[in-house]
Amino acid sequence: MSEFRVCPDSGFYFHKSAESLMKVNAVVGIVALLVAGILAIGVVLTRWQEVHLLPADMFYMVLTAHGINALLFWCIFFEMAILHFASSTLLRCRLATPRWGWAGFFLMLIGAIMNNVAVFSGKSSVMMTSYVPMQAEPHFYLGLILFAVGALIQVFVFFGTLVIAQQEKTYDGSVPLVTFGAITAAIIAVFTVASGAIILIPTFLWSVGYVSHIDAEMYRVIWWGMGHSSQQINVAAHVAVWYLIAGVLFGARPMSEKVSRFAFLLYIFFLQLASAHHILVDPGISAEWKIFNTSYAMYLAVLASMVHGLTVPGSIEVAQRAKGYTKGLFEWLRKAPWGNPIFSAMFISLVTFGFIGGITGVVMGTEQINLIIHNTIYVPAHFHATVVTGTTLTFMALTYLLIPVLFRRKMFLPWVAKMQPYVFGGGMTILILFMLGAGTLGVSRRHWDMDFAGAAMAFEYPAIAYTLMAVGAIGGLLAIVGGAMYLIVAVGSLLFGGKLEPSAGILESFAGKPLHASVYNINKPARLEMAPPLPEDHNKGGGFEAPGTFALAILLLVTFVVYYFINWKYLSSVWPLG
Amino acid sequence: MTSFMPPADRHWWKVPVGKQELIWIAIALVWCIIMFLMMPLWHVYGKQNLSTEAYQTTPAKFGAKVEEMVEKYTVGEEAGIPIVAPPVGSDIYMLGRLWQWYPVLKLKKDQEYRLHLSSMDFQHGFSLQPDNINLQVVPGYDMVLKITPDKSGEYGVICNEYCGIGHHLMVGKIYVED
Ligand code: HEM
Ligand SMILES: [Cu+2]
Ligand SMILES: [Cu+2]
Repeated sequence: MSEFRVCPDSGFYFHKSAESLMKVNAVVGIVALLVAGILAIGVVLTRWQEVHLLPADMFYMVLTAHGINALLFWCIFFEMAILHFASSTLLRCRLATPRWGWAGFFLMLIGAIMNNVAVFSGKSSVMMTSYVPMQAEPHFYLGLILFAVGALIQVFVFFGTLVIAQQEKTYDGSVPLVTFGAITAAIIAVFTVASGAIILIPTFLWSVGYVSHIDAEMYRVIWWGMGHSSQQINVAAHVAVWYLIAGVLFGARPMSEKVSRFAFLLYIFFLQLASAHHILVDPGISAEWKIFNTSYAMYLAVLASMVHGLTVPGSIEVAQRAKGYTKGLFEWLRKAPWGNPIFSAMFISLVTFGFIGGITGVVMGTEQINLIIHNTIYVPAHFHATVVTGTTLTFMALTYLLIPVLFRRKMFLPWVAKMQPYVFGGGMTILILFMLGAGTLGVSRRHWDMDFAGAAMAFEYPAIAYTLMAVGAIGGLLAIVGGAMYLIVAVGSLLFGGKLEPSAGILESFAGKPLHASVYNINKPARLEMAPPLPEDHNKGGGFEAPGTFALAILLLVTFVVYYFINWKYLSSVWPLG
Repeated sequence: MTSFMPPADRHWWKVPVGKQELIWIAIALVWCIIMFLMMPLWHVYGKQNLSTEAYQTTPAKFGAKVEEMVEKYTVGEEAGIPIVAPPVGSDIYMLGRLWQWYPVLKLKKDQEYRLHLSSMDFQHGFSLQPDNINLQVVPGYDMVLKITPDKSGEYGVICNEYCGIGHHLMVGKIYVED
């Protein structure tokens, strides 16, 4: 039976079952982003003290739901679509056990809904971290457990597809780099779900009364084994997508397969271990462990990110130079397609992830410096730079890439899409930078009232802290507008975008449609060949292939070094402790 | 040509790496090592380090110790909470509970104290402002730190770990006198 189609514009093959799963995962992910985005309005307008929109109980409920829907449901559903794309589509292979794929998807969906029901009932406003002994309703935890199990099943379908691809020899040589990155994300996902199970299952049992006590510190240690590694799924996935976009838009070839793959391997080996940066100011954790954990483990992962930070733009530069954009250091960048939202979103993501997310993360993950940052609004500022301008913006870029390829639709309102990465990335960057500032002044995260109204004793933040939060909130509103623009383009394209021929139709890949009317007319795709051979002189000559990128990398390093030592200086001004 | 095709060379791990990448990896590695060394160096030369002294405890046990200190050294009262001026160098206590920091401490500048922190219920965040020292306060654990307030004045202790609807009401005080 013919079950494959080929996209005439991109040359990508889609297997029917894989295509359906990609679509449903991506669409549900986008719905979660919509929910999170609406909730973000409540969050920013409450943290803008002059507006102070929501009452306290609503604020904490909304913040809990914002964090969970954005960080867990949006990112992970979308990542499932990426996994199926990186296996079935890139390797031109049929999806392994589609039924299990669907089972995994539905479990995730049921879990996500169950968790949202618990949160919106108002009795589970425990934040996404749900630190014990504060207790949520049992179905809060159960929802998360079902979601995690579903994700694990889809990850195994991904592994199964890889095995089939290898056995049926659907490709020549080794798996492509993008698939390698996806494998990295999937392996980390297995670790993540394991930690999650170890801590969430007992917590669920505790919430229904079968377990009498859960140690609060143990909970934190294991919970972050999940919480931290789940962020590395995001990083591995979005870095893989950066490489994909560089390849699709520029025909860019990795500068060195060896280096990029080795960097992904470092993620697998070291990111799990690095979770102690969340417990640096907790009682009783030894200094040796913290140093080992944040340096040996974390810095090798940081090293990996610094490598990708060079090789992703570097590969684009090499490709652009080959096309003749060779003037000066930066002609390749100036002449890049800044009006194409796929590129602009991806590049803004790369820069903000590295310069803001990366640097702030390493600084606050330093054993002693964490003292002056822990639990301030600096922390959400940092991770909005990693997971919003980093991961989310990259996934938006991928959506623009997939609308014609996967959904066979023309982009709806392309001029909106063209501006979207700038509005979203720009607004978010403002929010991030100003919250970083407010955090440095000690403004607390997850806090309803900067005025402490009604408290028995008074404390006042400096006036400038209010200004920083207000400007940040305006940036946040701009980002919400940018998020809405994305949703309009994405959903609009599916509903109203012009059909591309041959059209698969949005629902065509799903069962029940008569096959004869379909475009699934390929029985077995042609084998995926290896990339064309490298030029004779590849990496044998002396010069720099990508000098502009190297200059940018040095700029990153200088910023990093300066900001790092500024923070030590700041630390040295607080009360001596030991 | 691209990242989404199998590598051009079947033996891709044997393909030489470009000079530029090697230099960058070397620079990045050196920087990672410097960052690593900063942490142990700060333990030796820096003044702000977290002790690892901590004990398992219970709310009842910890509460009893706090009360003992309060009974001995209370010098006043603010908003219904005792102000306590314990002797220099002694063990001093502050507990977090829904929703207050208890008691208020009055300390001497440039003198060292052993501060014990714990929670009676949920997790709380000890956030000393405006100095901006932030610690996680976990029920069941008595965290001990040697502190040396080096500036006189009035400090706020706010809670920066979400602890329920009254989270923003948790404001405590530490006074430091010359
Ligand atoms: C669209 C615009 C967005 C805005 C304006 C926004 C704003 C905010 C703000 C101001 C906070 C901190 C509130 C506080 O701690 O008091 C927050 C928390 C958070 N946000 Fe966002 N956000 C946005 C999108 C996202 C996205 C796309 C993600 C994830 C992919 C995300 C993930 C989170 C998480 C995980 C938290 C922490 C919740 C907690 O403390 O438990 N946000 N957001
Ligand atoms: Cu982490
Ligand atoms: Cu609190």
